[in-house]
Amino acid sequence: MVIAERKPIEEILAMVADFKKVLLVGCKGCVTVCCAGGTKEVGILGSALRIARKKAGNPLALVEHTLERQCDPEYIEQLAPMLENGEFDAVLSMACSVGPQFIAKRYLKQVFPALNTTFIGGSLEHGVWAEFCQSCGNCIIHNFGGLCPISRCSKSLMNGPCGGSSGGKCEVSNEIDCVWQLIYDRMTALGQVDRMRKIFPIKDWSTSRDGGPRKITREDLKL
Amino acid sequence: MRLNYPPNVRIVAVPCTGRVDMIHLLRAIEQGADGVYVAGCMEGECHFVSGNLKARRRVEAVKKLLREIGIEPERVEMFNVSASDGPRFAAVAREMTERVRGLGPSPLAKDHPLDLHLQAVG
Ligand code: SF4
Ligand code: SF4
Repeated sequence: MVIAERKPIEEILAMVADFKKVLLVGCKGCVTVCCAGGTKEVGILGSALRIARKKAGNPLALVEHTLERQCDPEYIEQLAPMLENGEFDAVLSMACSVGPQFIAKRYLKQVFPALNTTFIGGSLEHGVWAEFCQSCGNCIIHNFGGLCPISRCSKSLMNGPCGGSSGGKCEVSNEIDCVWQLIYDRMTALGQVDRMRKIFPIKDWSTSRDGGPRKITREDLKL
Repeated sequence: MRLNYPPNVRIVAVPCTGRVDMIHLLRAIEQGADGVYVAGCMEGECHFVSGNLKARRRVEAVKKLLREIGIEPERVEMFNVSASDGPRFAAVAREMTERVRGLGPSPLAKDHPLDLHLQAVG
């Protein structure tokens, strides 16, 4: 899923400083699962913003609303009754950064992102998330024991490890497992370590961001 | 056992302090409580194993959030009180009342600045 985390409260307060009526919109998709922008986090941020503004003597009329998703236009449409009557002068989105862009595309309102969209990943344990993919557009993990050297090696090496791998850790930080050590261990366990002799050519990044913004069209699904 | 505790403390009962979420504490502050504290069981004695430990982490998270928005984090606290220890319950209520009295009324309670209002949860 998309992993995100809330921006610092000071930053959010500064964003909405000039506004008095704000609609805070959560999302029940990825950001609910990673506890960044679901109904619960919307409640906490909403309360914190109201407290801060009330204390400052500049009360904020903030209404909380959480959509099924913010990355599909039909759900964004559900905000129309709230955003087309002048009731709010700004929108604060707690979805991944797709959400605020979809809201801004549909409504002529000032839209702010309350989250930083951080990476594509999964939870290691409750409350801990890590990066596992950087959507390079051409998955090659089967060559590496099912582990991704693109997103999980600090240098995205196709032929690792580099000389900085030490004691299973990456030279960039002791907090980072060297994925090439993990690949070596796993290939050994799978009895496939000989396959590591193969030299992989440099990656074709045209399927990644280097090819410009990406788009998928599925004629079979169009209505 | 009939023990006195300050009359400004309003008790909100929950089945276990593990039920207490950040939003419950924030709502109390938002609605003008001068302070709010969670009275959980002693550590190691939670009937649900770790409810009181989770409550403590959430109290810490609320304190951090309050600090970020300029509200004294001391207005929120976690205490461990054995369910059978009435005297300690009363002592905690007095301690928190004194602490909050020292901090003064909540900046959000401008309508009733002299009314000391505490909420115990748990
Ligand atoms: S190889 Fe590319 S698509 Fe596959 S996990 Fe790594 S970054 Fe993601
Ligand atoms: S130490 Fe390992 S993870 Fe770090 S850059 Fe080198 S090969 Fe990649």
